[in-house]
Amino acid sequence: MEPFKSHQGLVAVINRANVDTDQIIPKQFLKRIERTGFGQFLFFDWRFDDQGNDRPEFELNQPENKGASILVAGRNFGSGSSREHAVWALADFGFRCVIAESYSDIFYNNCFKNGVLPIVLDSDTIHQLMDRKQNQADFQLNVDLASQTIVGDDGLKIEFEIDPVMKQPLLEGLDDIGQTMKQEEKITAYELAHKMAPVSQP
Amino acid sequence: MISQAPQTMFQKIWDQHLVHKEPGRQALIYIDLHLVHEVTSPQAFEGLRLANRSVRRPEFTVATPDHNVPTTDRLLPIADPISRQQVETLRENCKEFGIKLYDLDSINQGIVHVIGPELGLTQPGMTIVCGDSHTSTHGAFGAFAFGIGTSEVEHVLATQTLPQTQPKTFEIRVDGELLPGVTSKDLILYIIGQISTSGGSGHVVEYSGQAIRNLTMEQRMTICNMSIEAGARAGLIAPDEITFEYLRGRAHVPQDFEAAIEKWRQLPTDEGAVFDKQITFHANNIAPQITWGTNPGQVTAVDACVPNPSDFSEEHEQQSAAAALEYMGLQPGTPMTEIMVDRVFIGSCTNSRIEDLRLAASLVNGKQVHERVNAMVVPGSGVIKKQAEEEGLDVIFKEAGFDWREAGCSMCLGMNPDQLASGERCASTSNRNFEGRQGKGSRTHLVSPSMAAAAAIAGHFVDIRNLPSEKS
Ligand code: SF4
Repeated sequence: MEPFKSHQGLVAVINRANVDTDQIIPKQFLKRIERTGFGQFLFFDWRFDDQGNDRPEFELNQPENKGASILVAGRNFGSGSSREHAVWALADFGFRCVIAESYSDIFYNNCFKNGVLPIVLDSDTIHQLMDRKQNQADFQLNVDLASQTIVGDDGLKIEFEIDPVMKQPLLEGLDDIGQTMKQEEKITAYELAHKMAPVSQP
Repeated sequence: MISQAPQTMFQKIWDQHLVHKEPGRQALIYIDLHLVHEVTSPQAFEGLRLANRSVRRPEFTVATPDHNVPTTDRLLPIADPISRQQVETLRENCKEFGIKLYDLDSINQGIVHVIGPELGLTQPGMTIVCGDSHTSTHGAFGAFAFGIGTSEVEHVLATQTLPQTQPKTFEIRVDGELLPGVTSKDLILYIIGQISTSGGSGHVVEYSGQAIRNLTMEQRMTICNMSIEAGARAGLIAPDEITFEYLRGRAHVPQDFEAAIEKWRQLPTDEGAVFDKQITFHANNIAPQITWGTNPGQVTAVDACVPNPSDFSEEHEQQSAAAALEYMGLQPGTPMTEIMVDRVFIGSCTNSRIEDLRLAASLVNGKQVHERVNAMVVPGSGVIKKQAEEEGLDVIFKEAGFDWREAGCSMCLGMNPDQLASGERCASTSNRNFEGRQGKGSRTHLVSPSMAAAAAIAGHFVDIRNLPSEKS
């Protein structure tokens, strides 16, 4: 798993609530059996018109958001379908960090599996970030996970909360499955206690 | 003897499945049943192969193709080559890893959340996961059932466990009785409208109260199914005699069924147990519901009007409402019953079970689908389709002008050819009215099966409480 330690990048703002995963990656792109290459389809129906041309009004098509790697959005981001493709698309497009008031639980978990840091901030602070971006098109943030701080290139400093049990594996970029497999004895003991036949593992 | 503190049902299930807990790490919980479908699993199997890992408990893993499958002739190959590849990939993965697959030629094929309960795989007290958010459906049996991402699918395949942070608990009690014409679909839409699409976030919701206890298993599944639309991690309903009778005799229930029942009786929340959050509703305040917007919380009563964005107090709600009304092509103040529909879809893991089909058929019987409307019924599984045909429901639908299809997700998300054209308006018994959900530019109104059936006949929404047959 890709670790997240710190990241400096351009901020893009999508000031909408309830951005669901059907919008982040529409269903027609879920048929692929690969894990890569989803960035080109990110927000597809919002980004492109029927002819495949950019919709100029969509936030990520605007020049000041080109090359952004930190996405600031409204509340309940990533709601709806469990599709991890949504995070794959965001990451493949170049986003390393999302900042929103809240997330759906599944989307939030999926971020951690892909080296994307989802930060929760209160509404006032989110609006503060949105205002700064409005006033400064090239507004950048530096996000540091270990110290749980966000620093703006204009000197703005924000601290954020994150559950230490989620933070640590992301910092270390550990392979989750490998970590769990170290508990093999515990899993086997559980299975035996619940009268399950032993598993012959390679 | 010191008696133990009263516990919630969720806490009991959690404790029973705890494999390991150490400071600074998420808890490791055991997974009893893992359901798999074609869309969210290929990358997980590929991950196993790359790391040279096997499936730890293939016997606790069950797969079926549902999202991509055509609902027309099953004997023909799937026309879309990428859909076909995904279904074939599932087939090959199941073969390679020794997983039971209910394939397209099986009567047991169907929407994964429909076939789990139907086969008796879903049982009280279990932990159940699937790479699909509507796994919450299975909570109707008193199982902790939740949707996961593909990385987690891989994790469960490899280890039969999952690291999890313990969610909080939220009791939603519904007192009283639902009025005639009001279904469990209306109840859950109403609840989501009240607590919003993020109201359950971080919580496992337990539904309780008289209105819930009165529901059949299929109606309870509709409630738990849409817990995810309220943002909840999972939904739960305590098992009772209705649950046990539903399960009795099903293919995969424990052999010593009476002993299992005794165990299941211990599950319900203890008297005096405390939830992190609690809210009570009254069933008799609830009318049939229709969504008017682009998320399931944007919902109102059938006898109300399309709201005005300025009716909402918070700025983000006003913005969302304005954008939704524009997308939906609706004017504030329009009575909901004046909204015309082009399409009707009866199906999905929310409302495609036999009782849903019976209910819809009862409103359709002897009538004709409105000439402007294109209507279809997609049963949730091959078994439901067969049973409906034995009861003659297919004839009722077909004579009225409905399409009668093979089982699958179909127009709930339109990954197969069943889609709305841009701008088409649909009365749908599914669970999501997101922009483009049923096809690019599609306009979805979520309703109960009876409301959908009535709209198919009238060509617009109707208050089914005013139909002659509903008056008693
Ligand atoms: S019927 Fe719809 S909501 Fe249910 S599993 Fe299929 S696509 Fe998902």
